[in-house]
Amino acid sequence: MADKKKAGAFDIRIVIAALVGIYGVVLTILGIVEKQAEIDKAAGININLWGGIGMLVFTALFVLWTRLRPIAVPVEEDATEQ
Amino acid sequence: MLPQQSILRLDATAIDYIIIALYFVFVLGIGYLARRAVSSSLDFFLSGRSLPAWVTGLAFISANLGAIEIMGMSANGAQYGIPTVHYFWIGAVPAMLFLGVVMMPFYYGSKVRSVPEFMLRRFGKPAHLVNAVSFALAQVLIAGVNLFLLATIVNVLLGWPIWVSVIVAAAIVLSYITLGGLSAAIYNEVLQFFVIVAALLPLTLVGLHKVGGWQGLVDKVSASPGGSEQMSAWPGNALSGFHNSFLSVIGIVFGLGFVLSFGYWTTNFTEVQRALASKNMSAARRTPIIGSFPKMFIPFIVIIPGIIAAVIVPELAQFKANGTGEVDYNDALLLLMRDLLPNGMLGLAITGLLASFMAGMAANLSSFNTVMSYDIIERYLIKDRPDEFYLRTGRIVTVAGTLVAIGTAAIASGYSNLMDYLQQLFSFFNAPLFATFILGMFWKRMTATAGWIGLVSGTATAILVFILSENGVINLPGQGASFVGAGAAFVVDIVISVVVSLVTTPKRDTELVGLVYSLTPKEQRTEVAVAGDGGWYRKPVLLAGISLALTIVLNIIFA
Repeated sequence: MADKKKAGAFDIRIVIAALVGIYGVVLTILGIVEKQAEIDKAAGININLWGGIGMLVFTALFVLWTRLRPIAVPVEEDATEQ
Repeated sequence: MLPQQSILRLDATAIDYIIIALYFVFVLGIGYLARRAVSSSLDFFLSGRSLPAWVTGLAFISANLGAIEIMGMSANGAQYGIPTVHYFWIGAVPAMLFLGVVMMPFYYGSKVRSVPEFMLRRFGKPAHLVNAVSFALAQVLIAGVNLFLLATIVNVLLGWPIWVSVIVAAAIVLSYITLGGLSAAIYNEVLQFFVIVAALLPLTLVGLHKVGGWQGLVDKVSASPGGSEQMSAWPGNALSGFHNSFLSVIGIVFGLGFVLSFGYWTTNFTEVQRALASKNMSAARRTPIIGSFPKMFIPFIVIIPGIIAAVIVPELAQFKANGTGEVDYNDALLLLMRDLLPNGMLGLAITGLLASFMAGMAANLSSFNTVMSYDIIERYLIKDRPDEFYLRTGRIVTVAGTLVAIGTAAIASGYSNLMDYLQQLFSFFNAPLFATFILGMFWKRMTATAGWIGLVSGTATAILVFILSENGVINLPGQGASFVGAGAAFVVDIVISVVVSLVTTPKRDTELVGLVYSLTPKEQRTEVAVAGDGGWYRKPVLLAGISLALTIVLNIIFA
């Protein structure tokens, strides 16, 4: 059981933030170099740029959340009955 | 379903493929990371009952956010408009809240490892066997349907041969589930949820901008063949199939809202399993309640794009006007992606769709292997082995289930109608299950015999109504037939169960503690205060009340 608790420290929030963060960087760069034809396709919105920025903001919030409320592993040992 | 060499072929470039590939690297990485947490069968099948509520809550939603949900609901949006929201606000949220507030204490509190196991404890072997076998069969076949839909979409969008996509997708899902078990499935479902939102939200916003905002959409739909009633949720005549508005409202509230949705959300182990994986009673109860919040907003990124597609994509507008052309409503989302998204965002949108299809299949497989291992193999076939044996069995069963799903996908590619029927048939198991569960949880007199006879006769009733309506004996349009079928199954199940209970011997009270409301001490069905469960926003009943109030507000706004 002790093993399991340690392994449980794997935090899905970091994984999500990493994937969305990479997407955010890629899309933002695409958005910066976007051709006008692509912007016109999306009804005049540079959706790659705005979408990318949105994802970077999301990533920042998730990282902040992970920092402020890290997973508390040992404290809850007594809470899990069995 | 879709033309093979199609006008839907998306113009995906290298950057789109990089975005798609990146996602799969993460999916497999999660499987690998989750593997380290698997040391017993309980870890594999129920994540060691250790996950926080927000994780299981999002997984609860994602497990249901598969191919049928995303493509089907945007198609309904294109065809019927705003009334499609009833599938979410009436057909899901109330049942999810009921599961969290009323039923979860018995599921989680009794420490059962699956829904069929609850059946076993409450009603004994015959009911358990009926439930376990029908559930396992349904899951593995539906996994095949999900797999086939995924392959069809990949074929249309990217031009890959169907069998290549079937095998690649099956191999990916298989590897992360056999590695990490339910944790891998659940963590991936959470990741999928965010990817799906990241894919569909920009599409919706660009679409809304294109039609001139909300008012522009209202004007365009009102001027289209759909007319202005497609922009208001009630009374939803076209959706329910009833001409009379009063009957339509009754049909939606009771048929969809009560019988169909309560049956699905409260007894389907694929959903309940996510809650059983959470770390304590409070988190288990909050799982479906937390899930209800994203659930009520999903229509905005699934249905609205469908509605937009029907007014701005010329091919679809033509189809809606006179039923001709190469496309149909199922293509709504794909057409909108094709017309609006530049490369980059397009890759992300394709990733979102693939993510959603794999989520559905992974959810089916991860609940299938649990029921197969715990409820069928351990209970009836190979008993009393050490735990490692069942852990290994779970992995082997997952492989076998995937192979069967590939076979099902192959059958589905030949007989698409057959698959439609099968899926409808399986949906009929839910209404009688709900009747049996709810009666069994609140009436201690209900006997074991009544449990399985009620279940069998209720299911038989649903199948009978289905056959009659297929043959035109009962003639009901739209969703009418399935409302009536589920309703009849529910009533027959209750009546037969009560009658049989009165002439058979009930179980002793001591055997029913934790399973029946009146025999379960209050402490056992409410959560013990645990460190980390403080704060008003962690109180299940209060959260459920907020969710219900929000849903009512949404209904009023879009009435």
